[in-house]
Amino acid sequence: MAEMPIIDTRKCDGCGLCVSVCHCNALEVVNNIITIIETVECDWCTDCEAVCPTGAISCPFEIIIQEL
Amino acid sequence: MAVQLEFLKSILYFSDLGLAELESIRKLVFEKTADRAEVVLLEGESAANLYFVASGAVKVFKTSAEGKEQILDIVRPGESFNDVPIFDGGPNPASARTMGPVLLYGIKKNDMEAILRDHPQIALNVIKVLAKRVRHLVSLVEDLSFRHVISRVAKILFEHIGGEMGRGPRLTQQEMAAMAGTAREVVGRSLKALEEEGAIKLDRHRIIITDKEALQEIMEVTS
Repeated sequence: MAEMPIIDTRKCDGCGLCVSVCHCNALEVVNNIITIIETVECDWCTDCEAVCPTGAISCPFEIIIQEL
Repeated sequence: MAVQLEFLKSILYFSDLGLAELESIRKLVFEKTADRAEVVLLEGESAANLYFVASGAVKVFKTSAEGKEQILDIVRPGESFNDVPIFDGGPNPASARTMGPVLLYGIKKNDMEAILRDHPQIALNVIKVLAKRVRHLVSLVEDLSFRHVISRVAKILFEHIGGEMGRGPRLTQQEMAAMAGTAREVVGRSLKALEEEGAIKLDRHRIIITDKEALQEIMEVTS
């Protein structure tokens, strides 16, 4: 299962700005709610997080040390 | 598609105007559409139009001689860009690229001057928009005391490593920005700089620390 951006539906106002900037079509408006479509093509560009005017989308990074 | 009066009214520039005045301005507004990743303004070129984003989002950025990009602002629906050269007559101070398909409303430089002459009450709102922009840029200038920010970002990464004991807290760029006391845009650039220096590798949703010693050295740099 691919990690995907996280949407806080309490903050999301369904404006769709994230959908317009997502280049891999991982976001869709369904009944005025932004829905994530799981895809390995999501390259974590974080543009959806950057444009969201209500701070409803987050693209968190896991920080790990490279195993030798 | 006709320019919507309601949308014009929602723009801070024109928010104090009545319907008749908005109608006269609407005649001067033209539409421009652009696809994803289109450059709609190029730094250094002469400025012809003021733009308002009607839908979609536009990234305003500067590019260094080495091709590094620094985002100055993300312009969302209802907001404007390219205001400064329209009013001071200089070239575009930055480039602008669409982040997805966009609809822009444009007003030619000469028409904007005429609008200001005919509706002087707009001037106060223009000042508010420009003042907000100055405040944003002053804050960015403060952040771009750059090495210092990189070292703070490096420290944050170091302090939030997940390991064999389990996953560390996952952090968004916004959260890192809040911790480093900087702007999200600066964190994005810092991460890229750390990657270029070989200290980390960005692998989708993972930040892999590839050279712990290098990261520690960067952490200890203060300016």
